Amino acid sequence: MSKSERPSQLFRNLNAKIASIPMIFTALVIFVGGTVWTVFYSFTNSKLLPRLHFVGLDQYYRLWATPRWLISIENLLIYGVLSLVFSLVIGFLLAALLDQKIRFEDTFRTIFLYPFALSFIVTGLVWQWLLNPEFGVQAVVRSLGWTSFSFNPLYDSSIVIYGILIAALWQGTGLIMCLMLAGLRGIDEDIWKAARVDGIPTWKTYLFIIIPMMRPVFITTLVIVASNIVRVYDLVVAQTSGGPGIASEVPAKYVYDYMFFAQNLGQGFAASTMMLLSVIIVIVPWAYLEFGGKKRV
Amino acid sequence: MSDHVVSLPAIGGAGGLEAYGPSGPKPRHTFSRRNIFLYGTLIVVALYYLLPLYVMVVTSLKGMPEIRLGNIFSPPMEITFEPWVKAWSSACTGLNCDGLSRGFWNSVRITIPSVILSIALASVNGYALANWRFKGADTFFIILIVGAFIPYQVMIYPIVIILREVGLYGSLSGLVIVHSIFGMPILTLLFRNYFTSMPEELFRAARVDGAGFWGIYFRIMLPMSLPIFVVAIILQVTGIWNDFLFGVVYTRPDTYPMTVQLNNIVNSVQGVKEYNVNMAATILTGLVPLIVYFLSGKLFVRGIAAGAVKG
Amino acid sequence: MNANGSVEVNGSSGANGTSVSIQNLSLNFGAISVLQTLNLDVAEGEFIVLLGPSGCGKSTLLNCIAGLLDVSEGRIFIKGKNVTWEEPKDRGIGMVFQSYALYPQMTVEKNLSFGLRVAGLAKDEIAKRIARAAEILQIEPLLHRKPAALSGGQRQRVAIGRALVRDVDVFLFDEPLSNLDAKLRAELRVEIKLLHRKLENTMIYVTHDQIEAMTLADRIAVMKGGVIQQLDAPQTIYNRPVNRFVAGFLGSPAMNFLDGRLEQADGDWHFVAEDVRIPLATYAFEKDPVPGPAVFGIRPEHVAFNSGTGWPFAATASVEVVEPMGSDTLVWLKLGGQNFTVRVTAERTPNNAEAVGIGFDPMRASLFDAATGNRL
Repeated sequence: MSKSERPSQLFRNLNAKIASIPMIFTALVIFVGGTVWTVFYSFTNSKLLPRLHFVGLDQYYRLWATPRWLISIENLLIYGVLSLVFSLVIGFLLAALLDQKIRFEDTFRTIFLYPFALSFIVTGLVWQWLLNPEFGVQAVVRSLGWTSFSFNPLYDSSIVIYGILIAALWQGTGLIMCLMLAGLRGIDEDIWKAARVDGIPTWKTYLFIIIPMMRPVFITTLVIVASNIVRVYDLVVAQTSGGPGIASEVPAKYVYDYMFFAQNLGQGFAASTMMLLSVIIVIVPWAYLEFGGKKRV
Repeated sequence: MSDHVVSLPAIGGAGGLEAYGPSGPKPRHTFSRRNIFLYGTLIVVALYYLLPLYVMVVTSLKGMPEIRLGNIFSPPMEITFEPWVKAWSSACTGLNCDGLSRGFWNSVRITIPSVILSIALASVNGYALANWRFKGADTFFIILIVGAFIPYQVMIYPIVIILREVGLYGSLSGLVIVHSIFGMPILTLLFRNYFTSMPEELFRAARVDGAGFWGIYFRIMLPMSLPIFVVAIILQVTGIWNDFLFGVVYTRPDTYPMTVQLNNIVNSVQGVKEYNVNMAATILTGLVPLIVYFLSGKLFVRGIAAGAVKG
Repeated sequence: MNANGSVEVNGSSGANGTSVSIQNLSLNFGAISVLQTLNLDVAEGEFIVLLGPSGCGKSTLLNCIAGLLDVSEGRIFIKGKNVTWEEPKDRGIGMVFQSYALYPQMTVEKNLSFGLRVAGLAKDEIAKRIARAAEILQIEPLLHRKPAALSGGQRQRVAIGRALVRDVDVFLFDEPLSNLDAKLRAELRVEIKLLHRKLENTMIYVTHDQIEAMTLADRIAVMKGGVIQQLDAPQTIYNRPVNRFVAGFLGSPAMNFLDGRLEQADGDWHFVAEDVRIPLATYAFEKDPVPGPAVFGIRPEHVAFNSGTGWPFAATASVEVVEPMGSDTLVWLKLGGQNFTVRVTAERTPNNAEAVGIGFDPMRASLFDAATGNRL
């Protein structure tokens, strides 16, 4: 195209360059600069204020020796794996149900998606109330006569992360459903017809033909869910504040607390660098598959 | 040949066929097993998704004595709006007891300029990327998109320093800038893709007619891209209104947005828990994005589908 | 209309059994009627082409035959069995789609065998059928590739193979060549024709391409507005179209149409348009003519050019536009004040504004009622 072949001069396209200044600033100063700065200072022993006293990997050793960080990582792994599996499975199942040419599709979709419009704070507070042991689900089930029923995730440190998972799934599966539905709608109608002529039952068509065809949608969704998992913060703050004790701590909260409450910037920087690392582990293989590898048809 | 004659005795002629076998649409039962399973599942799941909303509403309409007695699912015996009034005007966070209204107005003061600024920057930027590509533009764009995957926690503190240096730390303007920065990747992508999909001839014709960068943007691109602006507005209003992390990091108690204030009201340790007030406050905070959601319908879906790309 | 008149039920005739029989078929989507009380009988081993512009209901009809769409009224018989309520897989059909509809994550072999394995066929039987299909279609070297690694023509061949392995009596083709370029289209057209000769299956083929229809069909059903306009052998449809729509839809360059009147003088019928007076002594009327407005149609290649006298009708006209098309040339004239084209061989291309003589025999023409468009 002709537009990309202009001679490169500083004042050529000046207006476009001016218009791009915010983007260039964001990309270079905030995203690249900020990241480099944080990683750089994670090797210092900054406390209340950042200062350039290098201590090598000390912050990291300390990080991985802190029980609260270890619990955060463990929580993140449990929460991450389960939320990946459940949101993909539930999201896909709901999308497949909605894709059966049903009536009131818009109504159902609106209902499944509305939690996604709510903030994590609102989500966390609602589920905090629903799971309240004195008045919530547990109390209601017990009042129905099943007096030994026990479901008290928010005050039981061994299952608290599942309480958070329930809330997160309620909030987020609608989005996955929408992405999956868009993927299902993108599949050539003729494929379904061919499968019907071949006499392949619906569930087998989904399992052996449609789902393999939706691989790109699944991968994209996976990346979205995964990078949201690493960020989980507001939900925990609102629902449990990390409690009981430190049972529901997550890395993002660790970072925030060490930076702004514990006045231990170095720990915060080291922890956030670890978060960055985990995102890279998720993103790089995906980016390679999506953009680096051979083009899919 | 004679085989055919023998093998097709049933088809004796058109007249014989008329009265033979099923005709018309295959009978479908409204209450077939498939339909019962399908709609049954959907209705049960829909009820599950609606339950929290329902509980929020009924709890906020009950008095505290009733809450302590009954179960959370029962409808209020006596409807009271007092919790709503209290949540709005006199609920306490720490020492302040002027309710959520302060947070609401803070959020309004944050959301409106943030939405305008972020969309203005991103749309012009997307336009420049789509139609006026200059050398290196794509590199910055890729950094921008990749940067959207970096956890915010990594960039929080450097921004604190920058804002402190320019004297905006703790102010609403500072937060507006932060929202504009972090809204940029997805919005720029949204606008760039939209402008790229517009016919190239339009842009060429305008250039031949002598229109410049801004002329084309304001007179041709802007009027033709109303839908994408609406999508962007929906995306940003809900995103910024629902933000908690940036609010809590970059503002002070008197400039806290609604989400932060809500959390402080509900999760404050002092005093007796007033669940009805808490739920009223929660609904109030969720109301703005919910209204945007229910009004925007399919555009919201388009917005999140676009937003999903950012991760 | 010929369509209804030509409904034949051959079951008792002995020569050829009826393979597919469609009776009083209607299909409505809400208030929109897509197919209207349609009747069609396809003989065993016959190649029927459903031809028409987009939206004429031809693909819809095919989908009804396949069982992919529920009909609103009427019955469908395949091989003498009422299949109106049957699932597609139980109808004894195989179908080939425009977009090929191959399962992209499976190899060609898996694509061919998937349906058979689901149906629970024995392994060696599946292998046998695949080997046969691969041999017929010459896709043996492709069996272990995935569809993405195939060209369009190869993909369509695999798609045909998927219908072939089902070992069915009726093949349904839904615009199978539309996604291919012109050259491949011509090649595969021939291959489909050879395939039909080899298999002697009943084939029902939907297309909007008149060349495909003309070259492949034993009979063509020209459709418009959910109604079969004419069902006949290609040559009949081409030479004796039942109405103006069929006449105009087939043939490229299109048939010439002159608006004018039928008049009777001294017992002889004439078609009159301004100064042009065409004697109709050689024209075979369908029914007794009446004086009044009519449309006279004649194909550009049926008009003789500068070939002297001796034609029942001859005239001179001045050349307006000359369109060379390689093998021949289209000459635009004015006849009776209306546009008129003549197809001439490339060597005889005239100059612009040259006065030329034309002539034709009305025997080869078609006359239509001006109001109804039906053949006179």
